[in-house]
Amino acid sequence: MAGAIASGWASFAAMLLAGLVLMFGLPHVFDLFGLLQMTVFVAMAVLALSQGFIWGYGGIMSFGQSAFFGLGGYTYAVAVMNLGDSTGAVALAIALPAAFAALLGYFMFYGRISDAYVGVVTLTVTVILFNVFNSTAGDWYTIGNAPLGGFNGMPSVPPLNIPGHPDEPLDPGQLWYAAMGSLILVYVLLRGVLASRFGRVVVAIRENETRAMLLGYDPRLYKLLTFTLGGGIAGLAGCLFTNWGSFISPTAFSLAQSAQIIIFVLVGGLGTLLGPILGAVAIQYMVTLIGAQQKVDGNLIVGVVLIGFVLLVPQGVVPVVRNVLQRLFVRTPRGGTAPVASEARP
Amino acid sequence: MNADAVPLLEARGMTMRFGGVTAVNNVDFVLGEVELRCLIGPNGAGKSTFFKMLTGQLTPTAGTVRFRGEDITGAYPHQVARRGVGIKTQVPNVFDGLTVRENVFVAAARLHQARTARRIADETIEHVGLTRIAGRMVGQLAHGQRQWVEIAAVLAQEPDLLLLDEPAAGMNKEEVARTSELIREINKTKALIVVEHDMQFIRMIAKTVTVFNQGSILIEDDVHTVLSNQSVRDVYLGRQAA
Ligand SMILES: Nc1ncnc2c1ncn2[C@@H]1O[C@H](COP(=O)(O)OP(=O)(O)OP(=O)(O)O)[C@@H](O)[C@H]1O
Ligand SMILES: [Mg+2]
Repeated sequence: MAGAIASGWASFAAMLLAGLVLMFGLPHVFDLFGLLQMTVFVAMAVLALSQGFIWGYGGIMSFGQSAFFGLGGYTYAVAVMNLGDSTGAVALAIALPAAFAALLGYFMFYGRISDAYVGVVTLTVTVILFNVFNSTAGDWYTIGNAPLGGFNGMPSVPPLNIPGHPDEPLDPGQLWYAAMGSLILVYVLLRGVLASRFGRVVVAIRENETRAMLLGYDPRLYKLLTFTLGGGIAGLAGCLFTNWGSFISPTAFSLAQSAQIIIFVLVGGLGTLLGPILGAVAIQYMVTLIGAQQKVDGNLIVGVVLIGFVLLVPQGVVPVVRNVLQRLFVRTPRGGTAPVASEARP
Repeated sequence: MNADAVPLLEARGMTMRFGGVTAVNNVDFVLGEVELRCLIGPNGAGKSTFFKMLTGQLTPTAGTVRFRGEDITGAYPHQVARRGVGIKTQVPNVFDGLTVRENVFVAAARLHQARTARRIADETIEHVGLTRIAGRMVGQLAHGQRQWVEIAAVLAQEPDLLLLDEPAAGMNKEEVARTSELIREINKTKALIVVEHDMQFIRMIAKTVTVFNQGSILIEDDVHTVLSNQSVRDVYLGRQAA
């Protein structure tokens, strides 16, 4: 156990260092255009982390992380237009989706609906939100001085500003630091959660809900908290996304968006935190490359890549690479210490 | 046990119907503090169903369960567990994707902070004799070892009553002997109800035996009386008769 803990800290330190190097290094490597592109990749990586956490560790199959993502984006836009200062708007963009997730989660988990129906309910809620926000054109749908704008969405959303100084907005170069800083914070938070007693129980419930109950844990409560945390993180991702384009529209709630998040996690690897991050960045990079050419339809290629992954690397990239590295570099002690799925791995 | 003391467990009129099948039929069952009871009976007699009703996994069609005098009928499994009832189920319920140590840790962590829970987990693992495989994934272990992991988890949960549903199933002779020894030791401080088909095993541990047949209690008496009873022999005919 001491060894596992030590290697846990080592991998955590390595990940943190890598994150900080990228955060401060990339601005020297990329021009502003490249950096902006990386910023949206990072926003989506935060979103992928929310899905990777609730699905890969909590065992909750949500088809609706885009609901919280979209809510986060809209909440930020409406709040910052009304408040002027972005600080409270960011807090609301996390709190409101989290509260919505808590409400939805309460009905799902305490209503004892089956796991499959959790997928159906979250999907349905996303479709409903998409339709609701699509039909918000016109003056009537104006919150304070923020018109929701129907299917056209909300343009010219004010950017983040230095906390307490609405007259000092972040420029696109500075937004990168905010986005990457958020990703690192979310990663650190989730590592901490997974290493805690709470996180161990969350993983145990994923492994065997009956056993967890028979040991005295109420799975409903743990799932509710997991789902709520995931909702808040998805909301933060939505806030970053809105900042990136100064724009939010109902497409944030689209099924394509929901599917994409799941693909990020599947490709990167379920049951890891690093996997969803890398999956999000890699897939988006690929989509951008494909978008630059005109010959083949982009969705088709993404679809083919997904099918290829599901067939050839069903575990996702990160678990496979990790196993190979472990075999190469870690001598298995006598008694055979097998890989520990529950350790809060990168 | 003091005659007018509140029993540890008192089940009255317990009945469980599945559609047309009556799996348990009007069973009265009383267990004292730190008592060891063996529950036997042929396949389909209703033993596991009875355990499920006691632990909240099934809500009885009729009847009440009292634990130390408090009504726990229809409570959720986690609520029953918190009162101090632990169960090793017939089909092992363990965390396959976690190590032995993590399985037992999660059990101990319900009542204790992480540091204390880790210590209790290590002690329990040592006690049950799993130290050598503490770092192994439970999903990769043999059936007998998985049973012990489950027993260790139930012990780490620190219950006052342990229900063990066929703890010796799939174990070799040596393992069966070790399990019976473990049960006797647990019984120094805790009450147990043990369901088993292995009569050798029953002889090793039993004092009082309750026999289920077709959902009802056939006989309840001390082990020698029960095992020499003719109707018990009849019920078990074709099996390894007593
Ligand atoms: N969920 C269920 N639905 C329908 N019938 C059930 C259910 N659970 C158990 N039964 C039936 O109830 C009866 C008692 O089953 P139970 O598992 O309690 O027997 P048991 O004494 O534990 O047998 P064994 O020694 O084989 O484990 C059987 O006829 C079984 O088929
Ligand atoms: Mg049974």
